[in-house]
Amino acid sequence: MEIDKLDYSLSEFDIAEGKQIEALRAECRQPIEGTEEWLDKEVRQNVIMSSIAKVLNWGRHYSTWPLGSGLACCAMEMVATSSSRFDMTRFGMDVFRASPRQADLFIVAGTLTWKMAPAVRRLWEQMAEPKWVLAMGACAISGGTFAHSYSVVPGVNRIIPVDVYVPGCPPRPEALIYGVMMLHKKIDKRSFRQQD
Amino acid sequence: MTKPLVGEEIAKQISEHFPQAVVGFDRSWVLVNPAALLEVAQFLKDSPDLDFDYLTCLTGTDYLDYLEVVYMLTSMRHNHSVVLKLRCTRDTCEVPSVVGLWRGADFQEREVYDLLGITFVGHPNLKRLFLWDGFQGHPLRRDYL
Repeated sequence: MEIDKLDYSLSEFDIAEGKQIEALRAECRQPIEGTEEWLDKEVRQNVIMSSIAKVLNWGRHYSTWPLGSGLACCAMEMVATSSSRFDMTRFGMDVFRASPRQADLFIVAGTLTWKMAPAVRRLWEQMAEPKWVLAMGACAISGGTFAHSYSVVPGVNRIIPVDVYVPGCPPRPEALIYGVMMLHKKIDKRSFRQQD
Repeated sequence: MTKPLVGEEIAKQISEHFPQAVVGFDRSWVLVNPAALLEVAQFLKDSPDLDFDYLTCLTGTDYLDYLEVVYMLTSMRHNHSVVLKLRCTRDTCEVPSVVGLWRGADFQEREVYDLLGITFVGHPNLKRLFLWDGFQGHPLRRDYL
């Protein structure tokens, strides 16, 4: 509001405010010049042609949300991977979901015991398609040290299908990030009609 | 620091009340007769000078010749502790349950039952804890393959 003098009264303030509002209203009612040219330019700048598969894969690639689940010490490394030092967010990997129904990626982080196996199987079954599984660490890959134990599943691929294996005991956060990037490559190759 | 009581003194106190209960003792533990466990445990818990109101840990061990159940007791009021042990044979391993005295024994007795096959008589829900129903054998026994 522009009032030239310093000792203005309240009514003068109101009048100045009213003028400014009227000016803004008048301004917004002016038709935009050259609408067609302008729209054409906008369309050319913002519309791209692509295949559906590419668009879907692009979306899935950059929003692989993992299920927030950890079975053993590998889970600590998974937490470190999503924290600020390593920061999975850079790759769109870190929105850990508390519900399997919202998750795309099941990172099996740690030793899977037979007692826990039905729960892991059920979590995997509850995840919506398309879904992927990453076996993190020696125990998840093959049972690791406990492969011949009475209580440990010798590799989670006995229970659920695995897409990516990340070796290590536990794997470094860089290794986990690299593993998810390998999964991204797999996602990019999906076709539109692929069901599973 | 919690003061560990000398096993010999505790054994003496127990023997005054229950002459048949104590089988052996060391500097750090007291070995009792399984048949007398409940009354000894009740005495250790209720006696005002001892007042072992907290069961820190209950565990079991296989020594090949016999199985051993270990009770680690602590008194919150006096801040002292003692270790109570009892032995049973591999074949007839039945021990009275102390869940009625210390509720914390519930899961730990189930664990010992699960992994060592020691039956705790009087436990309200004695079934496997870490392994699944239908598992054959008790894996922490030395003769388990």
